[in-house]
Amino acid sequence: MARINSPFELEELRKQILSVRDPNKPCITLCAGSACNASGSREVARSLEEEIQKQGLSSTVDIRQTGCHGYCERGPIIVVGPEKICYFQIKPEDIAEIITETIVNKKVVDRLLYVDPATNEKIVHEHDIPFYKNQERIVFGANSSVDPKSIDDYLAIGGYSALAKALSQMTPDGVLQEVKKANLRGRGGGGFPAGVKWEGSRNAPGDIKYVIVNADEGDPGAYMDRSLLEGNPHAVLEGLAIGAYTVGCSEGYIYVRQEYPLAVENIFTAIRQAEEYGLLGENILGTGFSFKVIVHQGAGAFVCGESTALMTALEGRAGEPRPKYIRSNVVGLWGRPSVLNNVETWANVPLIINKGADWFTSIGTETSKGTKIFSLVGKITNTGLVEVPMGTPIKDIIYTIGGGIPGGKKFKAVQTGGPSGGCLPESLLDLPVGFDELTKAGSMMGSGGMIVMDEDTCMVDVARYFLDFLTDESCGKCVPCREGMRQMLKILTNITQGKGREGDIELLEELAETAIEGALCALGKSSPNPFLSTLKYFRDEYEAHVKEKRCPALSCKELISFYIEPEKCKACMTCARKCPSDAIISGKNLIHIVDQEKCTKCGTCFDVCPPRFRAVTKISGVPVPPPIPEEARTIVREKQK
Amino acid sequence: MSEILFEIDGKQVTAKEGMTLLEAAKTVGIKIPTLCYHEKLEPFGGCRLCIVEVESRGWTKLAVSCVYPVEKNIIVRTRSEKVDRIRRMILQLLLAHAPDAFDLQDLAKEYGADKDRFEKEPSFCVHCGLCVRYCDEVKKKNAIGFVDRGIRKEINFIPDIAAKECWNCKECFPLCPTEALQAAFVLVEALAFPAAEAAKG
Repeated sequence: MARINSPFELEELRKQILSVRDPNKPCITLCAGSACNASGSREVARSLEEEIQKQGLSSTVDIRQTGCHGYCERGPIIVVGPEKICYFQIKPEDIAEIITETIVNKKVVDRLLYVDPATNEKIVHEHDIPFYKNQERIVFGANSSVDPKSIDDYLAIGGYSALAKALSQMTPDGVLQEVKKANLRGRGGGGFPAGVKWEGSRNAPGDIKYVIVNADEGDPGAYMDRSLLEGNPHAVLEGLAIGAYTVGCSEGYIYVRQEYPLAVENIFTAIRQAEEYGLLGENILGTGFSFKVIVHQGAGAFVCGESTALMTALEGRAGEPRPKYIRSNVVGLWGRPSVLNNVETWANVPLIINKGADWFTSIGTETSKGTKIFSLVGKITNTGLVEVPMGTPIKDIIYTIGGGIPGGKKFKAVQTGGPSGGCLPESLLDLPVGFDELTKAGSMMGSGGMIVMDEDTCMVDVARYFLDFLTDESCGKCVPCREGMRQMLKILTNITQGKGREGDIELLEELAETAIEGALCALGKSSPNPFLSTLKYFRDEYEAHVKEKRCPALSCKELISFYIEPEKCKACMTCARKCPSDAIISGKNLIHIVDQEKCTKCGTCFDVCPPRFRAVTKISGVPVPPPIPEEARTIVREKQK
Repeated sequence: MSEILFEIDGKQVTAKEGMTLLEAAKTVGIKIPTLCYHEKLEPFGGCRLCIVEVESRGWTKLAVSCVYPVEKNIIVRTRSEKVDRIRRMILQLLLAHAPDAFDLQDLAKEYGADKDRFEKEPSFCVHCGLCVRYCDEVKKKNAIGFVDRGIRKEINFIPDIAAKECWNCKECFPLCPTEALQAAFVLVEALAFPAAEAAKG
């Protein structure tokens, strides 16, 4: 690779890359993000290469292994270009047919197409599928057209043109004004305006300053940053370099958790390639600007996403937050001004520089501009990553894009913002997603986790789950967080086990206040949120647990019993055969009974009872009816003729 | 260094720039309770007992006085209903671990903290970190450190360093507000370097 010495040479190289690429040449792109790899994408890739060779098509077909396309529910995904024919849930044995039919015979393989569950129609093209159609993938969209290990792929879609523009046509102040005008708010936690943060560092005294990428994403169920780093690492690097130029840094860090091996691998590759092209390193594009990027692999601790803890960890010490009342953009890493933004925030920067603040602010709400990538998981039909304009109603994300709740169940709540966020009930489904809208409703944007819960979810247990996660992930430095959470978790666990006492809710509220007011860092201060937000919208569930020893969602094991309704039981023996603890008293033509002493409440009987009978029920808060008398248990069947 | 004028509990205070609220309060004889503070050590901000109310430009917030730098014209209240309530809760949480610690008992009396509010879990160490920081910052030996994190975090002597360094020092012992430190030392000594005591005669 030859070094590029000017913005002009960069454009020349881009033209050259594009000139040898035939837009009409068939190209098979395969999603090779972590989720798809887990569902067999690597095997598919291998058989793809073998088959292409076997059929002698190596020179006529391109293969591109890309990052995550977002529709993780249906992976591995293959898109055949140039027509963008989309095939889902591909197995290695499908490959021969795809190549013979679609590449050679120019025919669509019907059986691999997406079937719209609403209309039962088969959909050929990616952009017509409801999951994609209703998104606006300005940041995430490039994932499906670049191989993250190829800088040429990124250059082909205009990569590094924003950096070239900033360095050659704009002053650092000009870039800053553009980012401020765009009102880009941090996609990591509180939504602090990135431009204001940058300005603080820029104006802070000192010659040495740093820019840092926070890729320590650790919220349960969230993986947007991971997918961006894996799938489009150059976009993050480009944004970081632009930030460095603006603030006046010559050194930047990427703090990424080691549990993201593919992200680590791809970011190292991307840095090496960018350095070879002279897009990172000394005298970038001949403009005199020098910038070096160092990757730091963290051990994956949720608390290290907190800014001062992350910086302490970067300095080589245990990742514990520092008690400081001076912002880290003024006194940060090694006591120097440091701008810390998360992956998605940095990835937005090149777009703003290229397309302008006016374009960016045309998307979104009054106070939240641009788009946001959400990680849509839980009780949802289409699990995956979704990018929508700020202001999109939650309902649209869950129903139009997410396909609603599977299994005919009823929506109960959506948890947004990770452990520091909160649960929103059905009555708030029309709420537009935006930083301030979510905060006002008692939740938050956070990094964009969105966990959908259905009627079977117990909200007290949800609070207990998140508290359990946080007690594990807290650094343990300050008393309100370490000790307060220990007690909160104990009380919540007791409540879900039917050992709740009068006054527990009030004690939890007191502990919550101590954490909010007294804890050292944002993790501790927000640790009561899982409890507070569930209490706000689902107080009746807490009260039912404490006062009636009843779990309204029929979910808390200690508070439920399984019972077979005698008039519905057809003595089919299915539950008895599957019960792992021999707790079903049964017999041919004998109505079955659950032996409550033996029952471990695993729910197998409930799950296997044929839907046409639905004889097994869950009950909570009331005694189990006594077993029917022995003489009434025999079923007399009419003989079949 | 410029002088900074502000108010603590109704008293006018003149402090030097860069001073913390806790230090400034001391100069005028106002006592703020602390557990993890030590004048020879870097502020830690872990126990949160020294929390106070700070009023600045009409806004009132809670701040931890051992790390909060003095500011011009602020009004500081070291006692208020809310401050006392939070201190009381912190004490109650700590008393579950070290119910017999004298410092905690004295403070409990002052703030009306109920030592039986939470179920006892006597682990004795209250994670003030005085021993760990003293050994690191003053003695530069690092013979004792924190291990693990969150609710599993504990102090521990590093046997090979402790075997060499601790016999002639033990300066951290009187710093410990509970008995946890000496217990931890005796334990690691018994398990890891009993020979050292024998050698000493």
